[in-house]
Formats: sequence, C-alpha cells, structure tokens
Amino acid sequence: MDIYLLEAIINGILLGGVLALLALGLNLIFGVIDVVWIAYADLVMCGMYVIFWLYAEFGWPLPLACAVAIVGVAALGVLVHLLIIAPILGSAPINQLLATGGLLFFLQSFATLLFGTEFRNIGIRLPIIELGDIYVSSARLLAFAMALVGAVALYFFLKRTFIGTAIRAIAQDRDIVGLMGVDQRRIYLVTSAIGGALAGLAACLLALQYDVHPFIGNTFGPLIFMICVLGGLGDMIGGFVAAFIISQIISIGGYYANTELSYVLAFAFFIVLMFVRPRGILVR
Amino acid sequence: MSARYATLVGWLGILIALPFFTPPYFMHLLIQILLWSFVYSAWSIMGRFGFVSLGHGAFMGVGAYVPALLWNYYDVTPWVGIPLGVVLSALLGLVIGYPCFRLKVVGHYFALVTLALGQVVMLSIVAARDITGGSLGFTPKAVGHSWFALQFPEKVYFYAISLALWLGGLAVWRWIDRGIGREALDAISEDEEAAAAIGINVMREKLRVTVISAALTALGGAIYGQYLMYLNPETVSGIGVSLQIVFAAIVGGMYAMLGPTVGALLTISLNEGLRVGFGTSFIGAANTIYGVLLILCIIFMPRGIVGMLQNMTFRRRRTKAVPAE
Repeated sequence: MDIYLLEAIINGILLGGVLALLALGLNLIFGVIDVVWIAYADLVMCGMYVIFWLYAEFGWPLPLACAVAIVGVAALGVLVHLLIIAPILGSAPINQLLATGGLLFFLQSFATLLFGTEFRNIGIRLPIIELGDIYVSSARLLAFAMALVGAVALYFFLKRTFIGTAIRAIAQDRDIVGLMGVDQRRIYLVTSAIGGALAGLAACLLALQYDVHPFIGNTFGPLIFMICVLGGLGDMIGGFVAAFIISQIISIGGYYANTELSYVLAFAFFIVLMFVRPRGILVR
Repeated sequence: MSARYATLVGWLGILIALPFFTPPYFMHLLIQILLWSFVYSAWSIMGRFGFVSLGHGAFMGVGAYVPALLWNYYDVTPWVGIPLGVVLSALLGLVIGYPCFRLKVVGHYFALVTLALGQVVMLSIVAARDITGGSLGFTPKAVGHSWFALQFPEKVYFYAISLALWLGGLAVWRWIDRGIGREALDAISEDEEAAAAIGINVMREKLRVTVISAALTALGGAIYGQYLMYLNPETVSGIGVSLQIVFAAIVGGMYAMLGPTVGALLTISLNEGLRVGFGTSFIGAANTIYGVLLILCIIFMPRGIVGMLQNMTFRRRRTKAVPAE
C-alpha cells in the first residue's frame, strides 16, 4: 500500500478523535435539551483564546491554563443555557437554533473586537513521531488519546452516577422523568455544563495543533453538525462512528485531490446520506 | 383606499427622485439596501412558511458566478448569463428540495441540509481556483459604460435596476400572498398531514416557493456581482452570508411584506453608522451589537420589528373599536 495513503488514513483517524469529542458534546445537548447549538464550535474558539492568553501571554503553566479553559467554557455553557435557551425553551426548536446563531455572530465579532483578526499560536511544537516511513504528529496523537479518555469518562459518568442516569432518562422521555422526581432545570444546567466542558477539552487539544483566530469555528463547526446529524441527532455511538467516516473522507480525499474538494465530498456525502438514512447511519 | 394609494405614489416618487440630489456615497448605501432587501425578501418567501434555509448563499453564489464566468471566458453577455444562472439555481433548489420534502426532512434537519448545500457550493468555488480565482475572488472584465455587458460606472443606473428589482420582489411576494397557494402553504406549515388530507398537493406547493425563492436569490446575487464588479466565495456564498440573510430577515420580520426591507435598512445603516462613527479601529463592533440584537429579537419578538409594530397597531385598533360597538 502507498505509504502516503497510509499516512493520510492514520491522520484521518487521529482527526476523527477530536471531531468525535465535539460531536459527543453537541449530541448530549441535543439529546437532552433538544436544542442545536449552532455556536458550539465558537465556544471552542473562546476556550482556545483563554489558553492562548493564560499560557502564551501571562506565562501560566499549560495544564493550569487548560483546566481554567475547561472550567471557563463549562461556565459559558451554563450561561448560554440560562440567558438564551431557557427563556425560549417552549417555542419552536428552529427559534432556539437561530438564537444560538445570534450567539455565533456575537462571539465571532466580539473576539474580533477584543483580539483582532490575527492568527495566534501558543508556540508549542510537539515533536513528530517517526514510525518506519510514516510521520505522525504527536500533538494529534495526544489529542486523539485525550478525546478517547474524555469519551470514556463521559460514558462512565452517564452510566454509573445518579445524575448521569437522570440525564439518560430525560433523553428518553421528557415528561415521565419529571413525575419521577427529577428536577429538569437542574439536569439541563448540568448537561449544558458538561457540553461546555467537552468544548473546553476540545479547545485544549486543538490549541496544540491550530492557530486561534475569531473565525476558526467556521472551519470545523459545520463539520460537527454534519457528524451529529449523520450519526442521528442524539445518538452518541452513531455520532462517534460518523466522526471517523467523515474524517476519513476528508483525509483520503485530501490525499487524492485537495482539501476543499475533500470537504465538498464530505458535505455531498452528508446530503446524500440524509436522504438514504434520514434518522442516522446506524438506524435502519 | 385612495389615501393609501396617494401615500404609495408619494413614497415611490421620493424613491425615484432620490438619485437627483443624493451624494454618491448615499447612492451606494441605497443600492445595497435595495439589493439586500430583495435577497432577504426572496429568502422570506420560503422562510415565512417554516422552511428555514441556512444555505441561501448557495443560490446567491450560483447566480453571481455563472454570468461572471461566462462573460470573462466566453464573452457571453450577462443578458444571457444571468437567466442561465437563475435557471441553474432554480434547478439546484429543485434537486435539494424534492428529496427533502419527499422524505419529510424538516426543522433542524432541513436547516442543516441546506447549510451543507451552501458549504458545497462555496467550497466548490474555492476548489476550482484555476477558473474562479478561489478565495482571492473574481473580477469580471470591465468595459466601461455598456448595456451589452450590463456595466455602468454611474450609480444611477444600478439604483434604477435595484429599485425595479426590489419592487419586482415585493410584487412576487404580493402575488404569492394573494394567491390560493398561500392558504395551502399556511395549512402545510401548520400541519402537513392534515393539509395533505384535505387534498393539498403538499409537494407541489413546497417546491413552488423553494424554486421561486432560489431563483430570486440568484437574480439578486447576479445584480450584486454586476454592481460591485468583484466576487468572493466568502462574501457571496459562505456561511456568513447565508446566516446574514436569515437574521436580517428575522430581525425585520419575515411574515410581513416590508419586514425584510426593514431588516436590510436597519442592519446596513447600523453597520455603516458604526463604521463611520468609530472607524476601522473598532472592527467587529457592528456585528457584536448585531449578534446581541438578534438574540434579543428572537427571544422577545420572534415576528421581528414589523411584526411587532403590526401587532401593536392591531391591538390599538381593536381597543378603539370596542366602545363603538
């Protein structure tokens, strides 16, 4: 097999890890609160700026900066829910989607206002690992491993804790859960916080690989929605599988053609699959 | 009724007279407001019936790029190129609309499918950079004042064109609003199954508004390209444009005929006002305020500014009418 193709496939798998993590967060929010956060990728952007400022400008140690970013974005998630989603929870779902679209405009332009449009790098270059003739970036490998750890942690949280069980129950039947004595508002807040924390974790992983700028959310935001819908909105395992399919299309497409065409292919694949499997790839 | 017509004629007179005593800068603003009003109205023709598309940039992009490419490479006049772009865009609407409506892809799902469509068109333009110039943009060959090339350095011509376009858009809106299809569409957006049960051809009605909306959006994009003489995939068909279309229409009020126009007037003057007032050092300020405005608008007045004003006058009329009874 062609060595560069193999490299493309491996890079695709590594990219899939981070995308899967983001899709997981978005899926959780959709499954539980029944809202699509269009601005989800822009929360990641906020987290990346936090890391950039704390680590590169103020000289904090990286783990501490990352921890602050995760907690900060989780708090932002709670704020988003309280200020934007909660007041219109009862109205048509498309309104909630559009309201978070307003948030997207706000976050992107506010970041432009504060930081300008320059690309900023936190200035860490992790070494490239050589496996025979294949080169793998260790930043990507680390991101992939951390994303898997995050996903597994989320799994155990949902399966083994009381509040996790309540979250899963609400995703199944919104009305009955209330009768069982679960406080829906509290669950929504916890879910928003977890969704935010996952975005914060993704920010830590992406900050190692990409420069941060106000519009970075636009580059992978649409991809995450595609992945969620492809997997079936609310279906975590489907989303996880879809993340790797999409990342392979992008990676292998990029190898045979160029980056833009591979994205065109990914989006076209999404549109076609929407018509073939409208409820998600794993659902018949 | 005659008083209403008099005010209508009066407003029209003002709009026609404006170019004779406005400086070029304001002409430029007016042209932009009229053109964007037209595009926002075109989006609302679909949006008001609950088909929220986040991918109208796709139609605008096709409409803008097809005539420009034909003109530069084959010397085809925009008089042929623009209709071609419009037809292609309508076909694109048909191709994406038919399976969506057949398979009942609605709400979130419809929004996200159209979002993907916008990305496909935008990224295709970027990917074909040998022909389209990619993200650096594309400049149609300039030939000076020419009816054949539809290029006019003087702003008056484009003012007239965009005014005509805008009025045409409102006429289409009124035509749909008055037609029998409107009630069918209202019924569909309320309850699709029930609408089908009473004999409404759901598919045909939905496709009709989709195709009209796509075609008009493409026309708007084409004239916008002819006017600016510069196309860029991000500014003509990116996610940013698609969302800008949706939000301006919502802020203005997508259920009222003049709602999208009010949306364009408000957002463009806000943008320009902040740009002139604060200069480039305050880049992003307009959109920051705009974003907050949007969130507030969707939370507190989902029918937009015009919708809210209508509600208020309606209520006042009703309270007045009660003692008379």
